[in-house]
Amino acid sequence: MAIIERPSATPATAGAGAPTFVPPSQAMGIFHRPVATTGWKSWLFTVDHKKIGIMYGVAAFAFFLVGGLEALLIRTQLAAPDNTVLSAGLYNQMFTMHGTTMIFLFVMPMISALANYFIPLQIGARDVAFPRFNALSFWCFLFGGIFLNTSWFLGGAADGGWFMYQPNASNLFSPSHGVDFWALGVQITGIASLTGAINLIVTIINMRAPGMTLWKMPMYTWMILVTQFLLVFAVPVISVALFLLTFQRSFGGQFFNVDAGADPLLWQHLFWIFGHPEVYILIMPSFGIASEIIPVFSRKPLFGYKVMALSGAVIAFVGFGVWAHHMFASGLGPVSVAVFSASTMIIAIPTGVKIINWTLTMWGGKIRYTAAMIFILGMIVQFVIGGLSGVTHAVSPSDTQQTDTYYIVAHFHYVIFGGAVFGIFAAFYFWWPKMFGRMLDERLGKWNFWLMAIGMNLTFGPMHMIGLQGQPRRMVVWPSKLTGDGLFNLGFWNRVASVGSYMIGIGVIVFLVNIYRTHRKSNTASLAPLDPWDARSLEWMTANPPKDHNFDAIPTVHELDEFFHRKYEEVDTEHGPKLVKTTTAEALLAEQEANADEHIHMPSPSYWPILLAFTLPVISYGIIFSIPLAALGGALLLVCAFGWALEPSTAPESDFDPPAEAGPSKELEHVG
Amino acid sequence: MSETIDTALDPAAAARAEHAAYVGDNDHTAPADDHVAHHPKDTLYLKVAVVLAVLTALETSTYWVDLGAAHTPVLLVMMVIKFVLVLLYFMHLKFDSKVCGAMFYAGMALTLMVYLGTLLTFRVF
Amino acid sequence: MADVAVHTDHAAPDGHAAVGHAAMHTTIPGLSNNKLGMWLFLGSDCLLFGGLISVYMLYRGRNGTGPGPDALWDIPLTSVSSFVLLMSSLTMVLAVSAAHRDEDAKAQTWLSVTALLGSTFVGAQVYEFTSFYHEGLGYTTSLFSSSFYSLTGFHGVHVTVGVIMLLTLVAMVSKNKIPGQKAEAIEMVGLYWHFVDVVWIVIFTLVYLIPT
Repeated sequence: MAIIERPSATPATAGAGAPTFVPPSQAMGIFHRPVATTGWKSWLFTVDHKKIGIMYGVAAFAFFLVGGLEALLIRTQLAAPDNTVLSAGLYNQMFTMHGTTMIFLFVMPMISALANYFIPLQIGARDVAFPRFNALSFWCFLFGGIFLNTSWFLGGAADGGWFMYQPNASNLFSPSHGVDFWALGVQITGIASLTGAINLIVTIINMRAPGMTLWKMPMYTWMILVTQFLLVFAVPVISVALFLLTFQRSFGGQFFNVDAGADPLLWQHLFWIFGHPEVYILIMPSFGIASEIIPVFSRKPLFGYKVMALSGAVIAFVGFGVWAHHMFASGLGPVSVAVFSASTMIIAIPTGVKIINWTLTMWGGKIRYTAAMIFILGMIVQFVIGGLSGVTHAVSPSDTQQTDTYYIVAHFHYVIFGGAVFGIFAAFYFWWPKMFGRMLDERLGKWNFWLMAIGMNLTFGPMHMIGLQGQPRRMVVWPSKLTGDGLFNLGFWNRVASVGSYMIGIGVIVFLVNIYRTHRKSNTASLAPLDPWDARSLEWMTANPPKDHNFDAIPTVHELDEFFHRKYEEVDTEHGPKLVKTTTAEALLAEQEANADEHIHMPSPSYWPILLAFTLPVISYGIIFSIPLAALGGALLLVCAFGWALEPSTAPESDFDPPAEAGPSKELEHVG
Repeated sequence: MSETIDTALDPAAAARAEHAAYVGDNDHTAPADDHVAHHPKDTLYLKVAVVLAVLTALETSTYWVDLGAAHTPVLLVMMVIKFVLVLLYFMHLKFDSKVCGAMFYAGMALTLMVYLGTLLTFRVF
Repeated sequence: MADVAVHTDHAAPDGHAAVGHAAMHTTIPGLSNNKLGMWLFLGSDCLLFGGLISVYMLYRGRNGTGPGPDALWDIPLTSVSSFVLLMSSLTMVLAVSAAHRDEDAKAQTWLSVTALLGSTFVGAQVYEFTSFYHEGLGYTTSLFSSSFYSLTGFHGVHVTVGVIMLLTLVAMVSKNKIPGQKAEAIEMVGLYWHFVDVVWIVIFTLVYLIPT
């Protein structure tokens, strides 16, 4: 009794294997399966990893602007003494939502955007392992993020800091619904991350092109694989913490109630067991992006490929063993502190290895300073600065002074913003031609970079100093009597930081202007060739943008940097062996088209992912405001789960409408 | 790894053969798992079930018998044996690809590491 | 991670249709997507239950003025329901075995028995919780009570979802409606079911049997 199948004339075939054809008499046939290939419906019901990637990217960038606005409000409040731009209560909401939005609604989904778009392309696959779950992940993220932000209008946003320590964020001390919105919203986006992680791991392990062993995968794919493992094992832990929080706040469960004998450290442990792997989740994809961009713009292969892959795996594993370094000042006791201090120092080693290998990749190479490349170079420098301050935190005696001061704020902004986000911008400049067929303007790109880089260093550089001078985190206002004289002038440096933050804002605006100018129809100069950077990996061996089915013919991979080696041959000359370009991306693409696979079938669009994702905020609003609503949401969830389970992942033939595009590309071949 | 397809006799396989380049279609991936050849007979499962039942009975009996200092270790050992038996035989890990096992063991290892670590800091033991 | 040798017998020039065909049917490690995905999910679920178990272990002695474990546990009852759940794992694996041999009727029978045994377990849990409640152990009574009910409640929900999946499978098998391979779908539900059983093996020992 499938609800969605369009009835066809073919009777049901018995047995396993074939998609189920439902005779007209048996089909409920109320809703036809979505078949649109163009228009808004083709986006809403898509299961195509590229469309999903773009939607992730657009939504994540929108949240970046929201989080950026929140940051500017914070810096405006701190730009002058005794300022009254934000009340204390609103200030608490502002920094809580800034952190939550940037981490959960910008960086993580943007990582998913790029990974979703490029992993299947890099490994020579046509989509991910579970396309409908992929769509579910996106819609869960989007609805979760929107749900979380409706808290602003429904009694106030969460105000307990992005790590929501208990019992401070319990009903007693944070009575508004904000924390409930936070707990449920992050829970929903956690579902997105978990399903996405399972999807990508299975994709990378199972769906590589023939010949692509793990040691022939692009390094970006390796880093994404490691990141997904971090997600798979870290997200359940915060799920537990969030469940306990919700059950305490909404149903009276006793977990963090100190009067009843609770230990406040329970929350901290559960949160940071997730929270520390989380920060590696944020940075590792950018490490992978660096490992793609540096070889291309140094015209040299990545130095120490295997060591890079293994160091990523080591960082991930050890990353699960350092969490309590966020709790050095919480009363853990000297033994625990010593153990975690040691493990934290150890993790600096594989990270340092990567920095060295990137440097050695560039050494002796022919470097091109494109926008992508300078963003990566900025990323490396800023990440090293952030990493060095991180090492000072690992030393627990010094951390005792640094913790909960602006020194920490400086550290994590250098590594997350200076590191991960700069890597993401580099990826934009690098991969834009492949995704959209146009190249972002290089000059504007450099303005973008320098404004963001100078702005960022002006904002967060001084914070090292004012933190050590005693400015605590989450300080809502600084009084004029603390302005002081001399170098360690709190007032002066806060002003500098605020100016810097506005500069970052202008840099982001330059980026948006760049996009606008690039995509104007009249701008023919920005149209991109297939392989503008003379790159190395398989995603460049496709059309601009790639066809729906990615590759006309799945390539067989013979070596690392397969695409590069198809273009270049080693030729013996009197000066020794030289690499000579023997063919172009255009020629390789034409060769693929000439030898295209017949009968390429792609998984079909589906309603269920967006519908099922929609039930989650319904349930969540119900938990906060009305239990019957939650029950209704739960029932809808069940219906959607059944509908999904009964729907084959590919619709029967009769459901396909031929695509509007005609032409040489063999989009879809009909059988018979 | 690939199965022989006699499309004349097997319409389902014919449909598969037509839909050549599936992607992400769980209806069709890797139909030939090598474990199919290694399916244990039902009698093995029955034997495992008997062992599990006996262990459960022994576990329950500790409610009435105090083993002193060995009480908790004995219970833990029996728990682990039952766990492993279900994992290896009922869940088929003994006969399946090591990759599947690796996924689960990684989860188990991290679980033990982080939660024992946490409970140690609380001095629960 | 073991990598099986690549299809050297299909080393035709790139773009050859035969390569695409074989490539999409088999994977480099020769694993099924569904199976690998399910094992990953179960690996992640370890951390979920590990968290809940740890919270319980931390708080099991903190029952405040409410009743504590020694006053409440009915070990004979709980051991019978544990045994029932354990046997349901046996019937589950017999269902999978029958499905692999294409014996649909037998598979359905064993699936139904598994669902029945699972429901019996849940029923026993409900009975147990109700009697605890009447003895003064509410959800909000103490740290111990909240942790206990959360842990066993989560497990009970997992079992219930499993029973729903089993009954759905029975219906889908009878109507030949399982998209994809029947035996694999049953095996996936089986893996989930065994995991739920394995978690109970741990809970039974740590929560009920080990003395506080």
